[in-house]
Amino acid sequence: MFHVKHDRRPDPHASIRSGENAPVTEQNSEPTVAVLAGGLSHEREVSLRSGRRLASALRGIGTVVREWDADAALIERLRTERPDAVVVALHGGEGENGSVQAVLELLGVPFVGTPAAACRRAWDKPTAKAELARAGLDTPDWVALPHATFRELGARAVLDAMVERLGLPLMVKPDQGGSALGAQVVTESADLPAAMVSCLAYADTVLAERFVHGTEVAVSVVEDGAEPRALPPVEVEAKGGVYDYTARYTPGATTFHCPARLDDAVLTALQETALTAHQLLGLRDVSRMDAVVEPDGRVQILEVNVSPGLTETSLLPTAAAAEGTDLGVLFGRLVERAIARG
Amino acid sequence: MPVPEPLRPSGTPVPSRPVERFAARTAGMTASEIRALFAVASRPEVVSLAGGMPNLAALPLETLAGEVAELVARDGQVALQYGSAQGVPALREQICEVMALEGIRADPNDVVVTVGSQMALDLITRILCDPHDVVLAEGPSYVGALGSFAAYQARVVHVAMDAHGLVPDLLREALRSLAARGVIPKFLYTIPNFHNPAGVTLAVERRREVLDLCAEYGVAVLEDNPYGLLGFTGRVYPALRSMDPGVLYLGSFSKTFASGLRVGWALVPPAVRERLVLAAESATLCPPTFNQLLVSRYLAAHDWRGQIKTFTEVYRERRDAILSALETYLPDGCTWNIPDGGFYVWLTVPEGVDTKAMLPRAVTARVAYASGTGFYADGFGSRQLRLSYCYPTPERITEGVRRLAGVLEAELDVMRTFGSAARPRPELQGPQAPSPDTT
Repeated sequence: MFHVKHDRRPDPHASIRSGENAPVTEQNSEPTVAVLAGGLSHEREVSLRSGRRLASALRGIGTVVREWDADAALIERLRTERPDAVVVALHGGEGENGSVQAVLELLGVPFVGTPAAACRRAWDKPTAKAELARAGLDTPDWVALPHATFRELGARAVLDAMVERLGLPLMVKPDQGGSALGAQVVTESADLPAAMVSCLAYADTVLAERFVHGTEVAVSVVEDGAEPRALPPVEVEAKGGVYDYTARYTPGATTFHCPARLDDAVLTALQETALTAHQLLGLRDVSRMDAVVEPDGRVQILEVNVSPGLTETSLLPTAAAAEGTDLGVLFGRLVERAIARG
Repeated sequence: MPVPEPLRPSGTPVPSRPVERFAARTAGMTASEIRALFAVASRPEVVSLAGGMPNLAALPLETLAGEVAELVARDGQVALQYGSAQGVPALREQICEVMALEGIRADPNDVVVTVGSQMALDLITRILCDPHDVVLAEGPSYVGALGSFAAYQARVVHVAMDAHGLVPDLLREALRSLAARGVIPKFLYTIPNFHNPAGVTLAVERRREVLDLCAEYGVAVLEDNPYGLLGFTGRVYPALRSMDPGVLYLGSFSKTFASGLRVGWALVPPAVRERLVLAAESATLCPPTFNQLLVSRYLAAHDWRGQIKTFTEVYRERRDAILSALETYLPDGCTWNIPDGGFYVWLTVPEGVDTKAMLPRAVTARVAYASGTGFYADGFGSRQLRLSYCYPTPERITEGVRRLAGVLEAELDVMRTFGSAARPRPELQGPQAPSPDTT
């Protein structure tokens, strides 16, 4: 009996035999994927960790992976190396506000993730919240104000009005950005000015919303089949009580429960809400909804992310692992869909 | 077959993730928002005035390549083998020659070569400090030292500096106050020359007083001197160790030759040396033989004194660039010291500005600095920041300061909007003592 060794390298003569214009993917059994990670946003570190984890997962299923930063060399690389698809693992800034996606669309490079226009809508938290609220979904009451408004109308008067309307405690965060950077819970009026200054170091507009007590959860949505589907909700239990940057990225600082320790009906409601938000905002391939379930079971959407974290301590990989789905296999399917979309 | 008794008493929860049962002393080793922001500093778009990376552009790399090749060809069997835990004897003799430039007369037998002086600092803390022991350090102090002290659960009491370094009266006050509570600090950790981060130098006339005070209270002195030979005026200050053989002394080739080789040393009295060598042996078996032999060849065959002069010129040019840019661009209310050696300017920003909270704004503006709180063990320093001028070109330094000025203006604008209520608590803005500002 002969042992046949299958050489998966492309035959250098294949294009001659099958026609000069044969697409590269017909010669290679596995696609070449460029994972974009890094960038210049405040979340560069997190993105690099997401990118490394994703690249490793994709290599685990045999994908040829290139890891690229979003820098001045990117367009040239995309043009010369022509990957079959790109996965945007950038967090914050140009990776989530639609800028990089717009460039990929300009170049005609297939990519995993939400189209540029929808990215821009979801990235701006007040815009996304307004759209969700308009559709009847619950999201905590909020107000978004730029620094100029406080300066021109008088900070004290505006802050007083804010507290009068939204009450205390308040969640103060930048209107754009993630990883809880610049976000803090303010329990006393006297602490608001300092919280505003910290927040405005991250963005020019502050989003202040009513603080919602309850169970903190995240629900990821993936389009790895015919229809979008929600992964099991992950409950977040930060040991320090606050799911801040340290709690997010220090292994062991947060306990994740998947599925969340909630009634089945609430779990189903969470998944339905995440799917509705995903579709309503025009998101594609993958997204994550962060929410709080109030004691009465009501789901309050905090925000929706177009580029969920993929680090060792991130929520989407936790949910995928809980349902027994390998991260590489999951993103492999998303890559296939992106290539098929063209 | 009998079933063995379970070793774990019933009712004791079984840790679900055994690898995450960390020691209590690592509680502070967590992900940090500020550290994450520094990831952006590595991108070329950002002018990083944050890290204290030595400028190696002036090193004769081709000559060094020849040395490396010859070292492998001629002495490879030794260079690539384990060595003595105390370090290569020939190098220890050469280290004594280097220290002689600062007035130190030393016996090579009292020199312990380590993986950078950071390792010596860590090991000396390990052999001297029990948890909760008190260590005195200048305020501000070197962040790497604070890390080591924290790792061994030592408590740091800061003593403030002024433009002439550690203030003896404040040191006396600290020693007296601690003694009144029955506390004798294990040692005073000090960087007398071209301080990191404060940029100041301990006045010669204060040196004897500091040593006498520590002797009076039975406190050892740990002198860290990586920058001593990098003065811009040609003046070399006498090391504390040159005035008192009981001083524990740390030296390094990181700033005078090549930081990547990680070759530093400790010069300590024999009683300390014995334990230090044993501690070093348990940590690394021995310092890298190859790197030690390369440093030794470099010192033997090259004009290392001339190379230090070249480095000094590189750093002086950059110091001049940053001082000129600070003068040109910074808003009123900022003060800074004028370093006459080393790598750093210590900047105090207008009252109310929190340099740690301002860092994201700086990163957005593509400039990075090290906020002051990292250089204190007690949360002070929110009004200060460290600027390193050692690495970028003078043009980049100027551009970085210009950007920083814009960041400060924007932050001050926000501060004005939210008024005094937005200011950090005054007790955290800095010690109620002279600051190392001179302008």
